[in-house]
Amino acid sequence: MDSILDIARWQFGIITIYHFLFVPLTIGLSALVALMETFWLRTGREDWLRLTKFIGTLFLINIAMGVVTGIVQEFQFGMNWSDYSRFVGDVFGAPLAVEALLAFFLESTFIGLWIFGWDKVPRKLHVSFMWIVHVGTLASAWFILSANSWMQHPVCYVYNKTTGRAELTDFWAVMFNKVQLGAFPHVLFASYMTAAVFLVAVCGWLYGRRAKEAGEQADGERGLYSRGIRLGAAVAAIAFVAVAFTGDIQGKIMTDVQPMKMASAEALWNTSDTCAPFSVFTIGTRDGKHKKWALEVPCLLSFLATGKFDQRVQGINNLQAEYSEQFGPGQYTPIIPVTYWSFRWMMGLGATGVGGALLLAWLTRRGRAPTWRWYSWLTVLAPLFALFGNSVGWVFTEMGRQPWVVFGLMKTSSAVSPNVSPTEAWISIVGLTLLYAVLAVVEVKLLLHFIRKGAAPYAEPPDLGWRDIGKDDDQPMTFAY
Amino acid sequence: MELTTVWFCLIALLWMGYFVLEGFDFGVGMLLPFLARDDRERRLMINTIAPVWDGNEVWLITAGGATFAAFPEWYATLFSGFYLPLLLILLALIVRGVAFEFRHQRSDKSWQAWWDRAIVVGSFVPALLWGVAFANIVRGVPIDADKNFQGTIWTLLNPIGILGGLTTLTLFLTHGAMFIGLKTDGEIRRRARRLSVVLGSIAAVVAVIFLLWTEVHTGDLVSAVLFIGAAVCLVGGVLAAASGKEGLAFTGTFLTLGLAVAGLFEALFPAVMPSTLAGGVSLTVHNASATHYTLKVMTIIAAIFTPLVVLYQAWTYWVFRRRLSVQHIPSEAVH
Repeated sequence: MDSILDIARWQFGIITIYHFLFVPLTIGLSALVALMETFWLRTGREDWLRLTKFIGTLFLINIAMGVVTGIVQEFQFGMNWSDYSRFVGDVFGAPLAVEALLAFFLESTFIGLWIFGWDKVPRKLHVSFMWIVHVGTLASAWFILSANSWMQHPVCYVYNKTTGRAELTDFWAVMFNKVQLGAFPHVLFASYMTAAVFLVAVCGWLYGRRAKEAGEQADGERGLYSRGIRLGAAVAAIAFVAVAFTGDIQGKIMTDVQPMKMASAEALWNTSDTCAPFSVFTIGTRDGKHKKWALEVPCLLSFLATGKFDQRVQGINNLQAEYSEQFGPGQYTPIIPVTYWSFRWMMGLGATGVGGALLLAWLTRRGRAPTWRWYSWLTVLAPLFALFGNSVGWVFTEMGRQPWVVFGLMKTSSAVSPNVSPTEAWISIVGLTLLYAVLAVVEVKLLLHFIRKGAAPYAEPPDLGWRDIGKDDDQPMTFAY
Repeated sequence: MELTTVWFCLIALLWMGYFVLEGFDFGVGMLLPFLARDDRERRLMINTIAPVWDGNEVWLITAGGATFAAFPEWYATLFSGFYLPLLLILLALIVRGVAFEFRHQRSDKSWQAWWDRAIVVGSFVPALLWGVAFANIVRGVPIDADKNFQGTIWTLLNPIGILGGLTTLTLFLTHGAMFIGLKTDGEIRRRARRLSVVLGSIAAVVAVIFLLWTEVHTGDLVSAVLFIGAAVCLVGGVLAAASGKEGLAFTGTFLTLGLAVAGLFEALFPAVMPSTLAGGVSLTVHNASATHYTLKVMTIIAAIFTPLVVLYQAWTYWVFRRRLSVQHIPSEAVH
């Protein structure tokens, strides 16, 4: 790793995957917390407010990390990828700027109002703050995914020979790129799924623990956590179906616009004229170029890629030859073991996480929590599986596009900053990675600390009128740092 | 007005928003060990900015995004050129942001002491380095014919860069002290007011030298007016603080920072990053900008949403308008 290109790529991978551990939880938990607070307002049940504040605390620890790691994301395009920024800025910069203006302001302003607003505004207004934060996360996801979708499938631009860059011709077409229309719901439901699995795991673990502590008779706390489990299980189940469904749509779009990515996901070396098999598991040669043995489902890939069992699916070798002709000699194949396995892990981990969450919900269904050791492991692993499922999904999407940074338009190797020295790049990757590692430890410890403590006892928040907003009094703050 | 000029002004506006808002966050953060006598007072200080710091920081992120969209060449040259200072700023902002949110989560004393240090350092580094960065942008840096920065971090640490850094540092310190004077009550309020007078007097000297240098180096009549306005507001703010008028005093530093940033951008225009190299290219609003179409779309979006942002952020400040005193701070952090 001595070239700035390698360092910059590793840095992008590390800090983006890290950032995206917090993103889906932020999107999903903001909706769940808003939902819980709404339930409390509607039903008046104390449990819902206790859950709102308990899951809200975990949410805030998470969003703090998401916010601070997000700033790096925006800066590093210019820092490490300045030639990319010059080349695509006219197209790619706009969604980023709009994301900040429409989404980040909304999220960051209203999260402050939600945290400190319990004794400042009427309850109905307070719950709206978390819904607004959620809308902010949705807007943010929309704009950043439209920017990414353009990299997968550049539309509505012209290449300007004088300026040597891609120039935008239709902003709205970039916003509604067909790759975006598949990616946005997929990421959105994966986020709901991740947060719901997290909720089931946290409540499931506490449920079992409280049951053990209190013996069979205790009931109060169990009612509380079983509410959380049921909400989480319901959302996880629905979201998982939606993730699978939108993933299927994405597969077909991908086959259309990035056939190489589809072929590399399957390690399909040669074009299959009819009835391409779906590979479940493969043992290949070390260079990943040939398969020795594979478990395959006949014709399934044709169906996944095109919607018909007997349709032709293009293979890697044929596409490589085709691209060499189109773009000039060169390597146009992604690293096949990476794409092949990340594709499988994405599906496998996502499904396992949800399976684990539903199993937890089932095991705790009737006021009984299992005392088996593996049960505790299950509660820890289910959300981790969902989170890693998201990570490998992105690894697949981004690695499957290689060697391109913008598909068919700009190679990753020509996107890097020409004037940044390897020393500077090293300082950057080491500094950020070390800091992120320390913060990961702190964050996990904090989360565990609060999960162990469980939901705090019910405390009635003040019931203010519309004229009382922010009024001056001598009462101590009900929430303070 | 040409759209490139509109976007130059809008980016100036975003930086003005960032400096006048996060400026006092940085000041409060840096003054934590100097103004607060005990943990209650430290928490009091943190709670004055706790609901708003995150929203204030988004002005920076939007300034960055707007630069990327409207002047991709400027964004690329600036961010890849000022690499290490920006990295330091990023690390500082990460540590500082997390510190605000994590400090109160445990009552452990050494845990809190560590996050206090993180807040101080995390506020100090950007407060200094933003000034270094801006002074160098105005002064000019070696940019080659391919619009790439050809220097190192040492190129940026020249006397003018450091003077610029000291200017933002002292101005933010003053602004923070003014803010504490405005937002708190009790003993700390008087201490903050006294300190703001001292800090403001130092800042006035440093800022006047820096702005005078800028005016002579690259200024015009308009920038001169803006700089004089900034200086007058600063002196007025300090005098107001000395006579106990905190609202007026804070308005003074608020306007000082806004006018000073406006003046720097005015002095820069139409360049955005002048080059000091003989065969180099100076970046201007013309050769660094995005296409007319992109600017047009962005202008429509910005015209609708920027006023909205200002409105709901202003409303947030109104909701949290109450002065805080130690009695408002619960003895233990509440969750």
